[in-house]
Parts: sequence; structure tokens; C-alpha cells
Amino acid sequence: MFQRRPLQLATRLLNAAQRHTRSAGVQSFITVDDDQVRRSAADIDERIRAGDGSSLGPLAGVVMGIKDTLCTQGLRTTAGSRMLENYTPPYDATSVGRLRKADMLLAGKCNCDAFAMGSTTEASDYHVTRNPWDQNRVPGGSSGGSAAAVAAGQCIATLGSDTGGSIRQPASFCGVVGIKPTYGRVSRYGLIAYASSLDCVGPLARCVEDAAAVLNVISGHDKADATSSTQDIPDFTQGLEPRESLQSRPLQGVRIGVVQQMMGEGVAEGVTAAVDRACRHLESLGAELLEVVVPSLELGTPAYYVLATSEASSNLARYDGIRYGLSSAGEKQELKALYRNTRGTGLNAEVKRRILMGTHALSAGFIDAYYKRAQQVRTLIRQGFHDALQQVDVLIGPAAPTPAFELGTVINDPLTMYKNDVLTVGLNLAGLPAVAVPCGFDDKTASNPLPVCVQIMGRAFDEARLIKVAHVFEQTADFAFGIPDSCSQNGRI
Amino acid sequence: MLLVGRGALPFPCCLLISLRDLGLQRHITYCRAAIHPLSGRAARRAPAGRNTTTAAAVAAPEQSKHQTKQNKGGQQAAKTAWEAIVGIECHIQLNTRTKAFCSCSNQFGGQPNAHVCPVCLAHPGALPVLNQETVHKGMLASLALNCSIAHTSKFDRKQYFYPDLPKGYQISQYDIPLGSSGSLELMFKDGTKRQVSIERAHLEEDAGKLVHGGSDQLSGSTHSLVDYNRAGVPLLEVVSGPDLRSGREAAAYAAELHRIMSLVGVIDVHAQDAVMRCDVNVSVRKKGEEQLRTRVEVKNMNSLSAIQKAVEYEMERQVELIESGRESEIVQETRLFDEDKGHTFSMRKKEGLADYRYFPEPDLPLLQIEENIISEVKDSLPEMPSAARQRLLQLKLPIADVLTLTDDMETATYLSAVLAAGAPPKQAANWVMGDLLGYCKEHKAHIGDLDLTPQLLAEMITLIESGTISGKIGKQILPDLIKGKVSPGSLEKWVKTEGLAQISDEATIAAMIDEVLASKPQELEQYRGGKTKLQGFFVGLVMKESQGRVNPAIMNKILMQRLQATKS
Ligand SMILES: [Zn+2]
Repeated sequence: MFQRRPLQLATRLLNAAQRHTRSAGVQSFITVDDDQVRRSAADIDERIRAGDGSSLGPLAGVVMGIKDTLCTQGLRTTAGSRMLENYTPPYDATSVGRLRKADMLLAGKCNCDAFAMGSTTEASDYHVTRNPWDQNRVPGGSSGGSAAAVAAGQCIATLGSDTGGSIRQPASFCGVVGIKPTYGRVSRYGLIAYASSLDCVGPLARCVEDAAAVLNVISGHDKADATSSTQDIPDFTQGLEPRESLQSRPLQGVRIGVVQQMMGEGVAEGVTAAVDRACRHLESLGAELLEVVVPSLELGTPAYYVLATSEASSNLARYDGIRYGLSSAGEKQELKALYRNTRGTGLNAEVKRRILMGTHALSAGFIDAYYKRAQQVRTLIRQGFHDALQQVDVLIGPAAPTPAFELGTVINDPLTMYKNDVLTVGLNLAGLPAVAVPCGFDDKTASNPLPVCVQIMGRAFDEARLIKVAHVFEQTADFAFGIPDSCSQNGRI
Repeated sequence: MLLVGRGALPFPCCLLISLRDLGLQRHITYCRAAIHPLSGRAARRAPAGRNTTTAAAVAAPEQSKHQTKQNKGGQQAAKTAWEAIVGIECHIQLNTRTKAFCSCSNQFGGQPNAHVCPVCLAHPGALPVLNQETVHKGMLASLALNCSIAHTSKFDRKQYFYPDLPKGYQISQYDIPLGSSGSLELMFKDGTKRQVSIERAHLEEDAGKLVHGGSDQLSGSTHSLVDYNRAGVPLLEVVSGPDLRSGREAAAYAAELHRIMSLVGVIDVHAQDAVMRCDVNVSVRKKGEEQLRTRVEVKNMNSLSAIQKAVEYEMERQVELIESGRESEIVQETRLFDEDKGHTFSMRKKEGLADYRYFPEPDLPLLQIEENIISEVKDSLPEMPSAARQRLLQLKLPIADVLTLTDDMETATYLSAVLAAGAPPKQAANWVMGDLLGYCKEHKAHIGDLDLTPQLLAEMITLIESGTISGKIGKQILPDLIKGKVSPGSLEKWVKTEGLAQISDEATIAAMIDEVLASKPQELEQYRGGKTKLQGFFVGLVMKESQGRVNPAIMNKILMQRLQATKS
């Protein structure tokens, strides 16, 4: 029944992860916990050998990476920032605790932009993670390490977090599956907060079914998170049939809205073409495709950057050098110097920029024009999605306007980077779920074809439907998938 | 060869493994029980390394300059032509079992940083969850102050940096408080009353405490330590309207507030530390004036006398400045009151309003309270002091007595029960105020805890009123009653078996008197000779002879008859 023993498998994956941790590799991880993984894997081996396999959790032996914005008890958690270089949490994030209870093997902590602020993972204070498809390109962000680890075959699945697209965009850049659940579906307890009203924890995996299996484990109400939902949790893997079991028109009766604002200006041709092809494929599976406009969607980016940075300016106030993390008062041993030095050296330029923006947006004299206005826009966008989803069952569009950037092209051009979030932030403002699933390549004739994902978006707590559509697509669209050379059996890197 | 998913994808690679391929993905049971990081032992374990520091060291902030000013001359003027305009903000520590947003114990004392967890230490990723008892007690207190309760209120973040504030913001309620538009009634010894409006009552969390090292005050300290035991303790901030006119009124307001909070049981009346901290806003104006002058805030007082003296001092200081043409020196600022020196001094000037950048707390949902819950809490409220005072006044008790009896509402409640058991008001009030409160004071006891139940006291008073026992015997047996020697309902039987019942039989009393007179012929002779004040001597002897049991009225009547009879 077990084709490979968990220990043997874990060892292989770890070898891959560590190979990639060296300076020339993909470098998905900030911290790899190989001793612990080997011990846990051996323990699971032993339980199987002793005939105790039935007591194992649903993720027994599954090697996973966790974005470094999620607290792991006893394992250093940096959020990608120097501020927390030596911070070891005294507790597990609820999602991590649930995965541990399901007997996953925790390989380590995946790289990300510091405090999840960035779209390339280049804003990590540790190192640059490279895209497994093209090492001169970024893996996307902020969950870039989580996406790259899956794409490079270092983990079976990972956890990421999505505040404005941070799961879906790196999934697209790395050609893996990512699920951004409904706000409140997965507990945020232990997720190092960027923007509390937008942050969502979700899985990334090589295939839809694996991502759904992880979502099954991490979903559900948590007494420690007052914003977590008490909605029932369906079995997200239920009814996910393999290709050979599917009917000829498995999506018969499903109404899919193609979001018009996501298909035009500002979206790369290769991306539009790949998404178009995916739409035609969905039609061939029996789905009814409609052109849909989500009212007010184009207002999303500015509203998002006002709200997210406002909340961030408050959430990051706790890093003051007094209780944990970096603490440096410099020569002047007094309070203001402690704040100035600690925050001055512990927070990077992008983080400081966002704190300043948010502080400004909440300041007396500006709060009405920025924060309150943005809240009104948020209401409009939520209403816009609601209206659009009255006409159709799910919405579809590209998960990112371009394929992966080359290293260094946007990191020093924040405005371009922020604009790149245009296709993802609206959904966070509305709190709705989406599944990003690979749908092809920007240019298959290129020497390095780059993957592209569509995002299938839907109503609140309707993840099961999105997962089914994504799964049918994945099972039938051979043209959509590939494996980067860096992930070959021989492990060339 | 392992494949992705269930075999559909065309890219063979040994490292691409799905769960199903592992053969491990079988029936998945949901792990719905949250691993509650707050209740587990793990959460209590201190983090490693620097994180274990229980009291983190921080450098002392720049000390504030004491500003002393001697004010003597303004006193007369202040007393006559001027009045103070005073509003008070009171922070009331609610006596919930756990802190407002985590499950740490809300307890006083203990080792520094003994009651902390990732939430109240603001560890990365930790989230607040509102404690329902905090809401309940906040409602009780607000309703006791006649506030209306918002069906939907919310929490906001008030942002500023200080080492005792772990998150860099305080969770508070900004534009929609839990309670609003209330009032409270004060009564003074001359019988005058004053209605004080309550603008709002909102929930928030307390900060930790700085402990200064190298000196017992901030000034002169070399470093400071932070104790977060108090961080996250629930507070109700009650803001009065600017309705108070003097230090005396301000102190009376604080006393009344404390009285009501004790009555509804939302504060710990036995706490060592102050459970109420008051900030007063003071400005002055000439009586009859409408215009308001610059007001000054005096912060952080926790005794009634400090509140009264601080207001009085501020009044004098401001009047003197105005009258000497230096009104511009009254600036909007925060001052502190030095109780030893009896004066206020500037802590910081307010350069414009502090910008706390309030915004709605995204970690907490709206606080929604159903009307039926509000009425339930409202119905559970006991009689408020103002109503009790009104009721006692209607029973023709003097104002001074009413104020004494309602000073601690436990006394008023006790008295009400005595009255309900049938005792006449005047007598009941005298027994409660005199003997019982005296006993409580002497033994540091609470009147409600005495074994002497109100019913029993009422029985005793009734026995005195009916002449079954004398008042003197009443005082004599009271200690036994307080010690619980007699159970309610059996007092009359007890006094009879103990031989304590009053002797009212005229023949018996006459016999006793005759015996006494016969035993003192010399004194009787003197009385006959005109030394009439010896009457008291005879009364004393008869009382002694009867062990205080003779009915004094009857005894006096017969004694006079006998004395006068012999005289003539
Ligand atoms: Zn706590």
C-alpha cells in the first residue's frame, strides 16, 4: 500500500530542499529543520511497521513547508525580516498545529518578502528565492518560497498567506496550484499579521486534490481567532474524479463569468492567450461562458494599498525591541533611541515605506480622504463581486498580469510592483475565495517557457465548487502543465 | 513511478508526489477542535533566549520637569466670585476572572509577568478574543449609570508607543461606546442634589506597569522594568459631563461612582491597588458667566481627597493667574497632583491634540447585543443609592442619617431588610448606624457578613417596642446576637428563658422599690430634707436590683409616688 516509506521519501525531498538551499539553488527556505523531519518520518515508519498505521493522521508522512509568516512552536519564525531573526515562537499557529495533528512532516520555513510585503520575495531580508522555471526570474511573492518549494519538488505541499494575491500570484509564476480561501475559513491565529482584515492562510500544492486535502485539515472555526468562521466544512476532496472517470461534459450546467476587466489592457499577451485557451477548454467541457464585468473592480489597487498599509502600520507597532526580537538601543541607552535603532535597522525599506504610507493614511486630516474613502470603495467592490456572482457560478481571470519578472526589475520600482496586484487585490477586499490553477505557458516556443495560472473565483465559502472546476480542468488540460527542468529526477542543480 | 494527482498528468517525476500516491489519504477526519494556544501549557512556557526575559529592561524616558507654584492669595476670590467647571474621566478596573482579550488570570499581585501569554504580550500572530464577562460587567455598570446600551458597538485601536503597551495600540472603543447618555445623582449634607450627566462608558484594556530601577520614581531612575500582569485587564472608562462645580462635588462624584460600581459587583472592593483611576478636567469661570476658559487635565488620581484637593488647587491657581493678568499662562496641558505637597505640576504640554490614529480593530467583530439581553441585565440591577436615599428620606429619617446609611450600600441593603421585617424606621436606623456599624468598624467586619440577620435585629427592636425587653437589655444581648447565639424567630422565647424579659408588673416593681427605700433610710431622709436629686440614686439601685429588667416608665411612676408619699 505504501509505495515509499515516509522516511525514504522525506529524505529524498530534504535532499532536494537542501540542494536548493545552497547559494546557487532555488533557495525556497529560510530555515530547514531536517533533524526533526527525519525523526518524525522515522517515527511514522515505526508506527506503520508496528501495524499502527490506522492511527496516523490524514497527512502522515507528507513533507510540508510553512511560509515563515506562520508561527511554529520551537522553530524559528522570522516573517522574512531581520526584526525576528532570533525569534522562536512559544506557540504554533492554529493552521500549523492542525497540520501537525494530521501528522505532516514539517520540513522548514519558506522564504517570503519581509512581513509579506512584496510581490517577488526579493524583499526578504535573508536571500532571493529563484523561480524554478528560470533562475533569472523571481518566484513571485510574497509566498514565493512556498510556491518555489512545491514547483521545485522540495515539498508535497506548503502553506502560504494571501493578503493581496500572495498565494495566487506566486502560484502563477511557479506553475503550481494555490488556494486563497474565504476570509475566516482558516484561522489567522499565529499568522504574523500584515493586514488583519485581508490576511488569509491557504495551501499551495502540485495538484488541486493535494491542495484540497491540506485545506480540509486547516479549515474550521478557531476559538482563538474571533474572525474565524463557524461555517460547516465540506470534504473538499470529495467528488474529485480522475480523468478516466469523468463524463464527456463534466462541467455541463456550470456558468463561468470571464471578468472583462482582467482580460484587457495591462495584461501581457501571452497571459491573455493562455487564459483564452483555458476558457475554450472549459467550454469544451460543457461550461457556459459569459462575459462579466465586476463593477468597481478597477478601484481595487488604490483602496487595497490604503487599507493594507493602514492596518500594517498598526500591526507592526509591536516590534519595538522590548519583549522579543531585535533589540538595539545603540549608544544612547534611552527609550527613543531603542525604538529608533530597533525599527530603523530591523525593518527594511519596503516595510518602512508601507508603515509610513499607512501612518499617513490614518493621520488626523487625512483619514477621511484615505482610510475612510478606501473603506467605501471596499464596500463597492464587495457589492460588485456580489452582483457579478449573481449571474454566474464562478468567475475566471488570470492570476497575474504577467509571467514571472526577471530578478531586480520591479524591486526598485514600487509603483510598478503595486500595479501588478491589480488582478488579485479585489478578491481580498471582498473576502472571497479563489483557486489558482496552471493553465499553460506564456510562450511555449521560448527556450524557457513560463507558466501562467488562471484564478477561479467564487462566492463566500464556496471553495468546494471552485476546487471541483479547477480539478476537472487540471485532469483534462494536458497543455496546461509542465515541470521545470530544475525539478528533474536527477536533480541537476 | 509516482504521479501527480490520480494519474492524469503527463510528467513523470519521482519527486512529484501526491497524497493519494502515498496511499495515506484515506477518510479524512476534520480536526475541528482548535489547538487552543491560550489554554495549553505550551503557551505559558516562556519563549527562549531574550524572549524569556520576564521583565524587559528599557531605558527610562526623559523625565518631566516639575513645575511648582505657590498659590495662596487666590483663595478668597476663588471662594466667592469663581466656580470650577469640572468633568471627570474614570478608569474602572472590572473584576472579571480573566483579562479582556485572553485567558490570563485577572489577578492582583503575584510575581511580575506571572499572568501573561502570547496575546497579552503581543507576540507576533497572536489575536485578541473578547471575554464575555467583560461585556456583561460593562453592561451592568453602564446600566447602573442609566446609560443606554448600543445594540451594535465596536472596538478600535488607539495607537501610541510606550513600553507598557505591548501591541503599540490599546484596544478601546472610539466612536461607538458600549454605554452613552447616562446620569448619576449626588446628594449633599444640606439636602441639595446634583444630576451629573454621564457622556459615555466604554470598554478598553489596561496597560502594563513600569517599575523604575535605581530610584523609586521615574526621575533619577537608571532603567525601568515592565510588568505586564496588568496588560489586558478590562477597564470601563466612564466620562462625565462638565457638570461639577467644585472639588467637593468632584470627590462626591467619584465616591458615588465607586459606591455604584461596588453595589453592582463589577469592582474588587478588597483590592490592594486602586481599582478606579480618575483624570479631572478643570477650568474656571466667574459665577454667571457662560464662556469657557482653557481647561487643564490633572491625571491619574485614585483617592477622593486627592481629587478634591487637586481641583481646589487648580481652581486657586487658575483664578490667581487670571486675576493677576496672566491668563495666557493657563495652557492646555496634562498635570499631575503631588499628594504630599498638595499641588499640581505640569507633566506635558499638549501641542495640538494628540493624534491616536483611531481605526476599527479588524481582529474583533462588531459587538452586538440583543435587546432581551440588555433588559435581562437591567432587571437584575439592585436598588441604586439615589433611590435608596429617596426612600429613606420619605421615612422621615434625617438627611445626615440617610447619607451615613447609604454611604456603603451594604448598610442600606441591610437596613432595608430590617425595615421589611417590620422594625420602625427611626429605631432600626439608630441600631444599624450606632451599634452595628460601631461593631463592624471595631472588628473590620462587613455588615452583610454578620450572623445577626436583619430579621433577628427586627425581632429585637420589636421586642423593645412592645416593652418585652428594655433597650438596655437590647444593648446587653446584642453581642450574643452578633455571635449567632440565637436563631431568628426564637428571640422572644430566648429572652424569657434567660430571664431577660422586662418586669412591667406594678406590684412586683412596687415591692422592689419598697425594699430599696427600706434599705437606705439615711438617703431617704436626705431626700425628704430636699435633696431631690437623689432620685437618680434610687433609680440606679432599683435597676441594679432588677438587673436592668424593670420597665423604666412604670418604675419611675411608682418611685415618684413613693418618694412624694413619704415627703408629705
Ligand atoms: Zn494573556
